[in-house]
Amino acid sequence: MTQDTHPPIKAVPVRHYGRWLAALAVALLAYQIFSALVRSPNLEPDIIADYLFKDFVLEGVRTTLLLTAIAMVLGTAGGVLLAVMRLSANPVLRFTAAAFVWFFRGTPLLVQIVFFGFLGALLPRLTITVPFTDIAIFDQPTNAVMVGIVPAVLALSLNEMAYAAEIVRGGILAVDSGQTEAAHALGMKPALTMRRIILPQAMRVIAPPMGNEVITMLKSTALVSVIAGRDLMTAVQTVYAQNYKVIPLLAVAAIWYLAMVSVLSLAQYFVERRFGRGHQATQRGGMFR
Amino acid sequence: MTAMIKAENVRKSFGNLEVLRGIDLQVAPGEVSCLLGPSGSGKSTFLRCVNHLESVTAGQLWVDGELVGYRRRGDRLFELREREIAHRRRDIGMVFQRFNLFPHLTALGNITEAPVNVLKEPRAAARERAMQLLERVGLADKADAYPAMLSGGQQQRVAIARALAMRPKLMLFDEPTSALDPELVGEVLDVMRGLAEDGMTMMVVTHEMGFAREVADTVVFMDAGVVVESGTPDQVLGDPQHDRTRAFLAKVL
Repeated sequence: MTQDTHPPIKAVPVRHYGRWLAALAVALLAYQIFSALVRSPNLEPDIIADYLFKDFVLEGVRTTLLLTAIAMVLGTAGGVLLAVMRLSANPVLRFTAAAFVWFFRGTPLLVQIVFFGFLGALLPRLTITVPFTDIAIFDQPTNAVMVGIVPAVLALSLNEMAYAAEIVRGGILAVDSGQTEAAHALGMKPALTMRRIILPQAMRVIAPPMGNEVITMLKSTALVSVIAGRDLMTAVQTVYAQNYKVIPLLAVAAIWYLAMVSVLSLAQYFVERRFGRGHQATQRGGMFR
Repeated sequence: MTAMIKAENVRKSFGNLEVLRGIDLQVAPGEVSCLLGPSGSGKSTFLRCVNHLESVTAGQLWVDGELVGYRRRGDRLFELREREIAHRRRDIGMVFQRFNLFPHLTALGNITEAPVNVLKEPRAAARERAMQLLERVGLADKADAYPAMLSGGQQQRVAIARALAMRPKLMLFDEPTSALDPELVGEVLDVMRGLAEDGMTMMVVTHEMGFAREVADTVVFMDAGVVVESGTPDQVLGDPQHDRTRAFLAKVL
């Protein structure tokens, strides 16, 4: 090479005064909040530390995670089913899916949770009969079925199905119609096309909002405390109702929720990367480089 | 001998717009037929009717002696189920203008997808055959590449290999080189020329006059939803009988 080497440019960098101002403002604000917390007589850090790993708290964390997992699995499965129904050529299925989404998105989650908690008041017995006969396939008192976490799981999953359905539907519609044509031209039936070609591609669009859904769900489980859902929130409420250590116990719950959400956020990053295969734009860049 | 494609008065409307206005044509087994004509003349629509990606509005269309989209019992026609339509499409390969490779699968995965999941071929056998096909289109070293990592010409050659993996008796090409950079057109046409030499029955919608002249057995010139004239390349391209054909050729040649 005969090219002569050029010396690197020496120039005075731009001064970012705005950054220093912002740092100062944030530091002052943080100091104010921190000192206010330290001076508060009710935060009681030693009590927080004491309760953080108590058995009833850990049991509540386990139930919260279990509720989140079951509700998301059922919610996602139901959501995919509803989305496919919604996009089906069959008008009955299309209408049914639309009506389901309309109802479960149209009423507050809290109302649905309380409703399932008191289902026994509406329907004293749950009965399934052979149509047009009195022969019962299933017949139980409602309160014998709706035990433990069952009403909470039902309410959370059905609600999640409605939201997941919309997310999945959006993901399916985002896949180019040429993909369906190519699959059909290869002799693939509609169901196979959906499973092998469309849904895997839709996942790239579906994964980020579904990750948010998992995080939202984890926090929404706190709502089931209104029907004593045995979750983390129920656990701390039960204890502070007796010992009045409201603030420290809420702080314990907040710390756990924050920790669980942080882990989920990390998992979300890896899931999104997995479904971005074949798309260079999503593989380049990112948080850890 | 049964015609591979036979069309009788095929019509197709989208709402009030009649795109095909009575197409009659035949393609014999082993024949390479090129559809030429200005855009909007209905060439692509007709091609898509052949494997029932579009359904014809009137007239009848047969592929290898079987009515497309319907079953005749007595004097009544019955619409085919999705399952039956899918079954008939197995034998008809199609190559699209925009390739339509599956972006989440590698080149090899694109080719083995349908043989494994539709024909239920053993995975190992399908892979072996896919490698042979990649070899044939000159892309054996790209087996593990995702479509986004391939050039347009390479993607289109993978798409041809993908269609061939189903061992089709008929190949449809819908403007296979129109989305390619000019320097990449040749590599795709070479693969198609090789296919024609091996005796594949092909229907090709194209604007590549050189390819039509050299490879086609029959050239069909379409305009405004009808076949204006058809014949050998020498007849249609060398000595066109209709003003519309002459006007079109004057612009493209």
